[in-house]
Amino acid sequence: MEGAMLADAKIRTESGTESGPRVSGCSLRHFACEQNLLSRPDGSASFLQGKQDVHETSPAVSPGDTSVLAGVYGPAEVKVSKEIFNKATLEVILRPKIGLPGVAEKSRERLIRNTCEAVVLGTLHPRTSITVVLQVVSDAGSLLACCLNASCMALVDAGVPMRALFCGVTCALNSDGTLVLDPTAKQEKEARAVLTFALDSVERKLLMSTTKGLYSDAELQQCLAAAQAASQHVFHFYRESLQRRYSKS
Amino acid sequence: MAAGFKTVEPLEYYRRFLKENCRPDGRELGEFRTTTVNIGSISTADGSALVKLGNTTVICGIKAEFAAPPTDAPDKGYVVPNVDLPPLCSSRFRSGPPGEEAQVASQFIADVIENSQIIQKEDLCISTGKLSWVLYCDIICLDYDGNILDACTFALLAALKNVQLPEVTINEETGLAEVNLKKKSYLNIRTNPVATSFAVFDDTLLIVDPTGEEEHLATGTLTVVMDEEGKLCCLHKPGGSGLTGAKLQDCMSRAVTRHKEVKKLMDEVIKSMKPK
Repeated sequence: MEGAMLADAKIRTESGTESGPRVSGCSLRHFACEQNLLSRPDGSASFLQGKQDVHETSPAVSPGDTSVLAGVYGPAEVKVSKEIFNKATLEVILRPKIGLPGVAEKSRERLIRNTCEAVVLGTLHPRTSITVVLQVVSDAGSLLACCLNASCMALVDAGVPMRALFCGVTCALNSDGTLVLDPTAKQEKEARAVLTFALDSVERKLLMSTTKGLYSDAELQQCLAAAQAASQHVFHFYRESLQRRYSKS
Repeated sequence: MAAGFKTVEPLEYYRRFLKENCRPDGRELGEFRTTTVNIGSISTADGSALVKLGNTTVICGIKAEFAAPPTDAPDKGYVVPNVDLPPLCSSRFRSGPPGEEAQVASQFIADVIENSQIIQKEDLCISTGKLSWVLYCDIICLDYDGNILDACTFALLAALKNVQLPEVTINEETGLAEVNLKKKSYLNIRTNPVATSFAVFDDTLLIVDPTGEEEHLATGTLTVVMDEEGKLCCLHKPGGSGLTGAKLQDCMSRAVTRHKEVKKLMDEVIKSMKPK
């Protein structure tokens, strides 16, 4: 269900609709991406998921949006203590919007780093370091998924060789069993369980998963299937926005 | 000669075993290491447990102290877990502030406590808005040989079952708390979350309960935390090779059997301890 495409690559999708267990259309929030916006890093991208109006061209972030800015430095020099003889060393730094990074950020960094390590062809750049720096600009739900999307786009912008692209999708399960994809902060709070998956673009395999709350095995499979279906749209969006970018120049 | 091959080509050495569906230590792919648990060994702690999964040794000690309840939830207490991986357990850890591995493990345990609702935080409240219990759960690894998350979860569960809190009454006149050390009661443990960890090899094979070496050679890990009704509290897969839905299903069924094994072991130990 895609609306009109604009120059800065926005896809309108139904926002905030609750989908049943079998997702027929796409119920992800509207998303937008901008690449190469920072001059110092080798690659950068800003990924936005939220309720912005389609006709608004400015990248202003409204309070109902989740937005993450990612910058990639690499392949660059690595400290001898951290170097791996046959692969690139991947590092992820996640800065929250408010406050100092804590244990929760460390945990998320580990998740994002391991996901990137699974797709980046590190063996092509041994004894180097690839650093992904993420800054949370605003948080309105589905933050980890947004971070994953931003890091993938930034890695592509930096030209880091990867075997596949990846995307993050969040699912929220309500107490009555209904599934909501890409939940807002309010929906996440009220949900019985929130599951975040990272899926790869080649075979839609599960790269990373982290969950909160209690759910059954059947519900897990349901959410996974819904996430795999939704990831189609995200990958399609990646392809469109990259096509548009490279066809212009 | 085998030792030389192992040093030079560890992955190839390992693959030879996997082809025969077994592992260097003689286990099957779906077999856990010998699990032993010792409850109540630390007398100065309010609850404690020592768990050994093969060589991996983890000890959990729980201390209960008083605190004012949080302002946004005046009828709740606190459960504060902390996982410590000291240089004692493995040469890869240095002394100093907690490294990434320890922080990730602490966050994982905090998530398990939160998600599985193992303790109702309202049970820890003594007087709404004024006084509540805070349980400091310190989990220390004594020997790191892989599969730290399973061992920590088990140790935490066993220690919580061992915790005895004294009765506390608030004196009406003075407003101070009076602790009656002679009257102690066990905590109300509502669920029994059990963690099962898997390692992914070469993007296809799944092995259960990886040792330290296996974790190092693996291309990905997966940890499933299940409670007795088959509900999942946590599916922790920090990156690594992709998995299909079918493979996940196999993991779930293994996790269910593991849960039964662990529950049986724990019940046996607790039964042998209760007349105290």
